[in-house]
Amino acid sequence: MTQPDLAHLAHLSQAMRRDIVEMVHTAGSGHPGGSLSAVEIVATLYGSVMRHDPADPKLADRDRFVLSKGHAAPVLYAALAEAGYFPREELLTLRKLGSRLQGHPDMRKLPGVEVSTGSLGQGLALANGLALALRLDGSATPTVFCLMGDGELQEGSVWEAAMASAHYGLDNLVAIVDLNGLQIDGPTCEVMDLGSVPEKFAAFGWTVMTCDGHSVAELHDALTRAKAHVGGPIVIVARTMKGRGVSFMENLCDWHGKAPNADECARALVELAE
Amino acid sequence: MADRATREALGATLIELVAEGRDDIVVLDADLAKATTTVKFAAAFPERFFDFGIAEQNMIATAAGLAAGGKTPFASSFAVFATGRAYDQVRNSVCYPNLGVKIAATHAGVTVGPDGGSHQMLEDIALMRVLPNMQVLVPADFTAACAAVRIAASTPGPVYVRLGRPAVPALYDAGFDFEMGRAYVLREGTDVTLAACGIMVARALQAAETLSAEGISAEVVDVMCLKPLDDGTIVASALKTGAVVTCEEHSIIGGLGAAVATLLSQTAPMPVELVGVDDVFGTSGEAEELMVHFGLTASHIADAARRAVARTI
Repeated sequence: MTQPDLAHLAHLSQAMRRDIVEMVHTAGSGHPGGSLSAVEIVATLYGSVMRHDPADPKLADRDRFVLSKGHAAPVLYAALAEAGYFPREELLTLRKLGSRLQGHPDMRKLPGVEVSTGSLGQGLALANGLALALRLDGSATPTVFCLMGDGELQEGSVWEAAMASAHYGLDNLVAIVDLNGLQIDGPTCEVMDLGSVPEKFAAFGWTVMTCDGHSVAELHDALTRAKAHVGGPIVIVARTMKGRGVSFMENLCDWHGKAPNADECARALVELAE
Repeated sequence: MADRATREALGATLIELVAEGRDDIVVLDADLAKATTTVKFAAAFPERFFDFGIAEQNMIATAAGLAAGGKTPFASSFAVFATGRAYDQVRNSVCYPNLGVKIAATHAGVTVGPDGGSHQMLEDIALMRVLPNMQVLVPADFTAACAAVRIAASTPGPVYVRLGRPAVPALYDAGFDFEMGRAYVLREGTDVTLAACGIMVARALQAAETLSAEGISAEVVDVMCLKPLDDGTIVASALKTGAVVTCEEHSIIGGLGAAVATLLSQTAPMPVELVGVDDVFGTSGEAEELMVHFGLTASHIADAARRAVARTI
């Protein structure tokens, strides 16, 4: 990948951060912390790694994206709007009555949303199903990307799905863990310690990679290699920071599910200016 | 025709459907393939059968992903696990996005027998019926069960098919033309309507015979489709007879009795008696012993019919 492409991904990431802050502020509720921690991951996927077409959201050989941590809907909506799936102004309808931008992603309302999510711990199984369907169709090209939060790894259903991904040898599946270390009630290690996430996935038969989840260079490299991986499922454990990019939100679990007020929104947008 | 279990229809019909060209059909099970009979499908089409082990939540959510990917997945387990253990997956990953997952659940009701209350699912119709987009079929015999599987395969959206463990009498001729959303009048009468589903339809027909000898003319309606409910057929029969008994191997809360009582209270208020399990869990015993224990026999239906008719006077 060339330097200008990386610069583009960095610019895209900043634009998505502004979108997230503005839309959650306008909505008056939502989840900025875990949206901001996943920005570079989602920007690198939609801005570079994934094959997709905003003009044809159902393109047959598109790569599929599953936002298992559905409460981070703002980061997905920002990526879709920046890519041109719908007008950016529509972002400000987030969570409003009649909006296509539901509080959690709704595949029946918004083109570009592959599957509906919101109840944590189900995205990996949904991704397994998509991957199995593609395999049955003989579609070798598309990859299914599934982004999970670290908190949701406490759901047992994630590990049921992880077992199945390995059992069925799904190498058209790439999981990414947004490892920001925080959940609503506090640090994950205090609320319910996950132990070593890479070791857990390895023990479930997965190939494991780790990277800096805010480095578009590292993410691009990891995602590209993961996409080409054969022989079984692969997971990228991306180390991230909750609230990343907005100084007063960084690394604070209070910003998991709280909207910035007008003053906070303005301060955040100053910090996130081009 | 010999008595056959409704669950036997599952594997056999799915094989027929794929053999007829339905290559969108895939089958999922959770370590109960022998009991649910999907093992036959697995033997015939191993590449489109997926066992998930003892992980029903995973099975249902994966089925949702397969449906989103264009397949028509049939997910099978015992009714207690397919609906109860995986309820959030059924709600949020199947029904909320209106995906075409077909849940074919076997071993429903007390006729599971000796396994006892932990395995005797009496709440599944209620759990499934309350979910938007979900359609619910409760076939009464083997032929109806084959039809229910076919209807599920050809109807868009989520469908729940409730199947049983024991062999049950044949009520329908092969080739009977079943449709989604229809109830069927199996015996005409003028004094009381016996609205039944599943295993209770044969018992309602027996009760009608008993009542006939006493001069009570009972109409028997097979409410095979609990949702969408065939309002027209049920209300027409009720208005003709003026009294209704509902018969189900399920809790009287949230099942057929609740559905019919709600319908009639809004359209044609009249005496309704509910035969079903009255808000208790099951218990170990042989299937037929349990049907007596829980008041689910033809004799109980006839008693309820006499009460319903008496209330009209």
